[in-house]
Amino acid sequence: MANLVEIRWHGRGGQGTKTAALLLADAAFNTGKYIQGFPEYGPERMGAPITAYNRISDERILIHSNIYEPDYVVVVDETLLTSIDVTAGLKENGAIIINTEKTPEQVKKYLKGYNGKVCTVNARKISEDALGKYFPNTPMLGAVVRVSGIMKEDEFMEDAKSSFQHKFATKPEVIEGNMKAIERAMQEVQGL
Amino acid sequence: MAIRERLSGNEAMAVAMRQINPDVVAAFPITPSTEIPQYFSQFVANGEVDTEFVAVESEHSAMSACIGAAAAGGRAMTATSANGLALMWEMLYIAASSRLPITMACVNRALSGPINIHNDHSDSMGARDSGWIQLYSENNQEAYDNFIQALRIGEHDDIMLPVMVCQDGFITSHAVENIELLEDDKVKSFIGEYEPDHYMLNSKEPIGVGPLDLPAYYFEHKRQQAEAMKNSKKIILEVAREFEKLTGRKYDLFEEYKLNDAEIALVIINSTAGTAKTVVDKLRANGVKAGLLKIRVFRPFPAEEIANALKHIKALAVMDKAESFSAVGGPLFAEIKSTLYGTADGIKIVNYIYGLGGRDVKADDIETVYSQLSDISKTGNIGETYRYIGVRQ
Repeated sequence: MANLVEIRWHGRGGQGTKTAALLLADAAFNTGKYIQGFPEYGPERMGAPITAYNRISDERILIHSNIYEPDYVVVVDETLLTSIDVTAGLKENGAIIINTEKTPEQVKKYLKGYNGKVCTVNARKISEDALGKYFPNTPMLGAVVRVSGIMKEDEFMEDAKSSFQHKFATKPEVIEGNMKAIERAMQEVQGL
Repeated sequence: MAIRERLSGNEAMAVAMRQINPDVVAAFPITPSTEIPQYFSQFVANGEVDTEFVAVESEHSAMSACIGAAAAGGRAMTATSANGLALMWEMLYIAASSRLPITMACVNRALSGPINIHNDHSDSMGARDSGWIQLYSENNQEAYDNFIQALRIGEHDDIMLPVMVCQDGFITSHAVENIELLEDDKVKSFIGEYEPDHYMLNSKEPIGVGPLDLPAYYFEHKRQQAEAMKNSKKIILEVAREFEKLTGRKYDLFEEYKLNDAEIALVIINSTAGTAKTVVDKLRANGVKAGLLKIRVFRPFPAEEIANALKHIKALAVMDKAESFSAVGGPLFAEIKSTLYGTADGIKIVNYIYGLGGRDVKADDIETVYSQLSDISKTGNIGETYRYIGVRQ
């Protein structure tokens, strides 16, 4: 299928990984794309590894299976690097984006010889600076938009803002922090 | 103008319910259908509908409350999955035999045991002989469209039967995808007002519903019920044509995908049909004459029409996302085989059990099935007809 982009997210329960996948789907939808955003449900508990998926395309998406050969992989929790084969099936002309304070060179040893692009972003620091709390999902969202180029960054920012205004209608104080987190992640992501 | 939206399959069904604004919704939460009554109860709390929402203590009570409400003359709806549907079992038959056009969102999930929350079709396949009309949906759009059409089908004077609209748990119920919604007023005018001929709250014509029915009349009543099911095929098509005029989206008893000139084909239900379509496209690009038939209406079973659509196929795989423990194949296989017996005897038919308990069905799995069909078509040798795909040996 022309222009189909497939993204796989790895995170742990409670980090907002599913929410990030749905926000990305939302943003892409708002730029006129066909989208899928869906989690792979397992044992639903805090800290358990979870996977979520996005398909983004210019055409209607018919396939209904998990994603086995993603264009991009997003690792929201770096402790998963040693327990899950995060690069499984990842296309060499794609990229992996990892939440870590390390540099791309430093994390490569965990990636089983993956030869594609390796990007890192310190979503913990960004989140703690911008929100005062650890919510890595929104900075990772910013990083994936930057790395993948699936939509224009300013369009995405505009859309994210209106999504947050809707999502956080009852706690508007977190909107600015989340926007700042996305912006910083876009600037600070390494390995481009 | 249609409304461009992105919703999960559950949200889509809940939105359809809101637009329909039924008199009564009675439901008990069960994964993966829980979100439907959850979203709907928000619509009730926000005053967006004036439905009486009955938070019952079990699915048996949910169906009982729907039966009471429908017998009284109201539009009644529920949503459930798997063991919830199983707990409704005796009431499913009573709803159908009392000729009450209740609408159900059935979000398909494996029926325990072993306990499992993921998708297969063992729940609704088990209810196939309960007298409910069954419509199946490939994605959120079809779940929404089928749900709106279900009312017009069930409530038709010649039918008066309950309708269950099925979609795949998690795979489509929890996947956010693009969808086109109708405006509220268009849904309202499409479904119209429900005015049953006979209902219990009609003080001018007192009636009883569900009384004892001994040998003197029971048989005639069951015969009438069977006739209603036969009649429903025509009405399902009429409603589909009207819906197409409104939306441009065409519905039939089943969907044929590149089936006209196909030599090998699948018969398949719900979300995996989409995955299989991508495989058909790929095979077609390589010159393989592959196609598929996706069941939309399983009850009534459109036997003649299916036989006609499949008669030119050389090798056919019937895909069952449910075991029936008949020891000879799944429920869809039994129907298709009996459909083709005496009408298209030359077709080589095999059955695949797939995707039980949420086992993910990959495009590769479907490709394997087509490749095995190609072999059968070339060699004429069927081998084992009761097969599995995606299971560890």
